[in-house]
Amino acid sequence: MQKKQKIRLDRYLFISVLSVCVGIFIWWLVTDGLGIFRSNVLPSPIKVFKTFLRKWVETKPDGATLFQHVFASLQVALGGYLIGAAIGIPLGIFMAWNDKIDMFVRPVFDLVRTIPGVAWTSVMVTLVGIGYMSKALVIFIAAMVAMVINSYSGIKQTKTVHLWVGQTFGASNWDLLTKVAIPSALPMIFTGLDVALGSAWTTLVAAELLASTKGLGFMIQQARGIFRLDIVIVGMVVIAITGAILSSILRFFQRKFVKGGRM
Amino acid sequence: MSSREALIEFRHVDKSFNKPEHGEYQVVGDLNITVRENEFLVLFGPGQCGKSTILNMVAGFEMPTAGEVLCQGKPVLAPGPERGMVFQNTALFPWLTVMGNVEYGPKVQGVKKEERRKRAQRYIDLVGLQGFENSYPVKLSGGMQQRVGIARAYCNEPLVMLLDEPFGHLDAQTRYMMQDELTRIWQAEKRTVIFVTNNIEEAVYLADRILVLRNCPTGVKAEYDIDLPRPRNYTDPEFLRLRREIDRVVDHTL
Repeated sequence: MQKKQKIRLDRYLFISVLSVCVGIFIWWLVTDGLGIFRSNVLPSPIKVFKTFLRKWVETKPDGATLFQHVFASLQVALGGYLIGAAIGIPLGIFMAWNDKIDMFVRPVFDLVRTIPGVAWTSVMVTLVGIGYMSKALVIFIAAMVAMVINSYSGIKQTKTVHLWVGQTFGASNWDLLTKVAIPSALPMIFTGLDVALGSAWTTLVAAELLASTKGLGFMIQQARGIFRLDIVIVGMVVIAITGAILSSILRFFQRKFVKGGRM
Repeated sequence: MSSREALIEFRHVDKSFNKPEHGEYQVVGDLNITVRENEFLVLFGPGQCGKSTILNMVAGFEMPTAGEVLCQGKPVLAPGPERGMVFQNTALFPWLTVMGNVEYGPKVQGVKKEERRKRAQRYIDLVGLQGFENSYPVKLSGGMQQRVGIARAYCNEPLVMLLDEPFGHLDAQTRYMMQDELTRIWQAEKRTVIFVTNNIEEAVYLADRILVLRNCPTGVKAEYDIDLPRPRNYTDPEFLRLRREIDRVVDHTL
């Protein structure tokens, strides 16, 4: 059975690789191939690839190499994301478990959740200035919302009968939370982490467009100002790839911690 | 029989539910039951006659509206480890392995790992699941899942085992097999059992004593002592006679 699954996976992989290749081929066709777009309007994949390679060592025109930009962005995104998880997940869990906490936190949370993360940028810049802190805080808010909502509904969806089972074994309220409710909510908590990762990453780029001196969003912003579309596209591609890598790291942890599937 | 002590007692128990769509709805009316130590008691009755509610009151999931439920002479006020439950839909923890599920009770009770593993292994062996200790419930068949449910309840070593139509979801073949298994386990691990079913054959096959329940609000309509030797034979003339006799008493009006 294991082998069969692997063969099917390989076939899907082939289809996925094909789709990327077709995309790049069409891109090449409309630029270098048929010359429909001139290279200062839409640079060809070859030019973008060359820029990508050069940008690892070159600091022009934005003052930093590609690695420095990626590193700066990751630092901000992961910082805000991890604080968001450390606060958002327990908050969601305890809101779901305790009605008083729920009633206390909910009004504020319901107001905050509707505000797009980026909207906080100006407030944060005014509060703590342009720099690491303001961006990390914006990401923190954006990421936390998804984590609270998902851990909250995960705990709320705990089956009554599972809690009953715990009780017939003499489980205390704390045991019921840590040994029944949280394990059963774990798939939802990971969904929250996944959604939050997406919003953290997109919010980051938006925040860097406004308040930054380094980072992928900043690099794109600078390149756009001087019509270096090749660098803009390099930035976009790197954002996509980094996002995909982060998300696959998350899925690795999910497979490690979420066991047994659904019944 | 009378020499055995009463373990569970229902004294004039009423139970009503307040449902918005039905209003006040009485499920149990003036129920009086005495469950003796180490007996296999079957509660048998038609479809929705409140059998599960009776078990839920023994377990402590639900409280009587009037009257009282006693366990060892003390009123039942909450669920507790001396009353183990096997659920119709198994209610296994999908995130735990077979071993994780079976050792759950002792673990919550703070039994040391080595000792609870040993105990859990004994019950896993008893229900015939050796080799599946590290499988997750989702990978097991319905019959195997219910074996895990039974082992899990036994492993906490409760005074009374409550089984709520545990074989209701199984196909006929597996059901016969599980009835044999349960008889075997019960003979190996003498313990008080209250077993709920709506299947006459199953009732006669398993029980020391059958209480036939009437429709809502339910109470005891008739009582039968089944003295047939185990393992029983579904086609034995005495078996069939009892089956017919009980069938005549049951409310078929639902």
